[in-house]
Amino acid sequence: MKTSTLQETGKPDLSRRSFLRYAGVGAVAATGVMALSACHKHHNDNNGAYDIGSGDPAILNYAYALEQLEAAFYIQVMASPYGGMTAIETAFLTDIRDHEVAHREFFKAALKDGALPALTPDFSMIDFSSRAKVLGVAQAFEDLGVAAYNGAGYLIQNSDYLTIAGKIVSVEARHASLIRNLLNFGTFGEGSVIDANGSDKQQSIAQVLPVANTYLKTKVSAGNYNYIP
Amino acid sequence: MNLFNLLEDIENADPEFQDRISPRRDAIKNMAGFGTKVAVAALPFALSSLLKKAYAQSVPAGVTAALTYALKLEYFEAAFYRTALAAPNLITASEKTLITAIGAHESEHVTFLRTALNVTTPAPADTSYDFTAKGTFPTVMTNYETFLAVAQAIEDTGVRAYKGQAGALIGQQVYLTAALNIHSVEARHAAAIRYLRRLNHGASTTKPWITGTTSSGNDTGISAADGNYAGENNTIQGGIDITKLPGVSGNISFTAAIEAFDEPLTMQQVLTLVTPFGVS
Repeated sequence: MKTSTLQETGKPDLSRRSFLRYAGVGAVAATGVMALSACHKHHNDNNGAYDIGSGDPAILNYAYALEQLEAAFYIQVMASPYGGMTAIETAFLTDIRDHEVAHREFFKAALKDGALPALTPDFSMIDFSSRAKVLGVAQAFEDLGVAAYNGAGYLIQNSDYLTIAGKIVSVEARHASLIRNLLNFGTFGEGSVIDANGSDKQQSIAQVLPVANTYLKTKVSAGNYNYIP
Repeated sequence: MNLFNLLEDIENADPEFQDRISPRRDAIKNMAGFGTKVAVAALPFALSSLLKKAYAQSVPAGVTAALTYALKLEYFEAAFYRTALAAPNLITASEKTLITAIGAHESEHVTFLRTALNVTTPAPADTSYDFTAKGTFPTVMTNYETFLAVAQAIEDTGVRAYKGQAGALIGQQVYLTAALNIHSVEARHAAAIRYLRRLNHGASTTKPWITGTTSSGNDTGISAADGNYAGENNTIQGGIDITKLPGVSGNISFTAAIEAFDEPLTMQQVLTLVTPFGVS
């Protein structure tokens, strides 16, 4: 996959030096931003997984996959609320559900024909009747989402889409802060998520997708970003 | 310009360049994956030294401008929390831990940005700021509810300020990622302050996220903060009207459409907003 990406840049040199130079940054430069709707079909050919592709559409599809997962989770949470869900929890979790659906639908509309198909979640390991389990998974999803957007932001070449990703990631961070405070008051920004520079942590596509895939029946791959399940 | 183009340009000028700097190449590789490979404490230093020291090239002006502006705002935020934490009988004992954590992050941002920019001049004194904003919030350091309301506006504005700089850092893996990682922490702060107000301080409609109406994105109930929330009630993203998209039942509501996306502010908008606080 890396070979074809480098060829698209017009640089036939496939040496390690060249790879370093183009790693991440150059890999997306060749794809026109407005080619979003003209990109390839997403065959599930990487060990049966759907591949996000390359260029800005890949990063948007990556976000779309994560938002699909989050939206499906909160829809399930509110379809079968855990026992003792308080009024404020009901209100805020309903809001979060609707935010994630808005994110999901935005990416689907932006990607048009280039969008990944609807993914089928697998939440069989989550006990939706347990407040601790539901909020624990929510916390993991929200922190993962923040780290994923922060880690992939630099791959976006179109400034409009970079700005929109920024608009979304801060809302995910607001979710993460709230869920953490609901679960353990005061942990909104504890050391496990925020480092000694007062900064959130970023994660690469290859780090995030394996986690996401544990909650998906049909897997998502990113051959151009060093991840095939 | 970005790091990888720079290497190519240099190599074109000097074919031997790769061999000359082979020790440096390890540094470059590490920078590309610094989250796991470079010690956190070394990161700000690595940021500043990367281009200047390794390549005798100045950091792109747009990058320096964006980070200098961020530092100016972080100085102010850090001073705001230091002053409040030192004020007698201001912050409720049960919430002091949380406010202390936020203040600590702001001080860490100051240190990070000072190191990254290689700033050696003294930081502005905490007393150089007017936290009442020329008398608009006279009880900010004596009344906890007022303090929290101002803190909320400052944090929400900080989120919007960083977001407005993303475009200036496009393609700059190291700098953009560092800015994004601070940006989302400001959003965690804003949500935490908002949650405190909702939970304990009578702000019965405040949410951790910014909500609003068709006529205003300012949900603080403080008209003096209208400018801080200008445009937050936008429902159009990338030309797509979010309220025309399908939701859980019917289309996505106006409220969800504006809450789901935080909006940016330009540098000029933010500097105008913070001028009354003595930020210059």
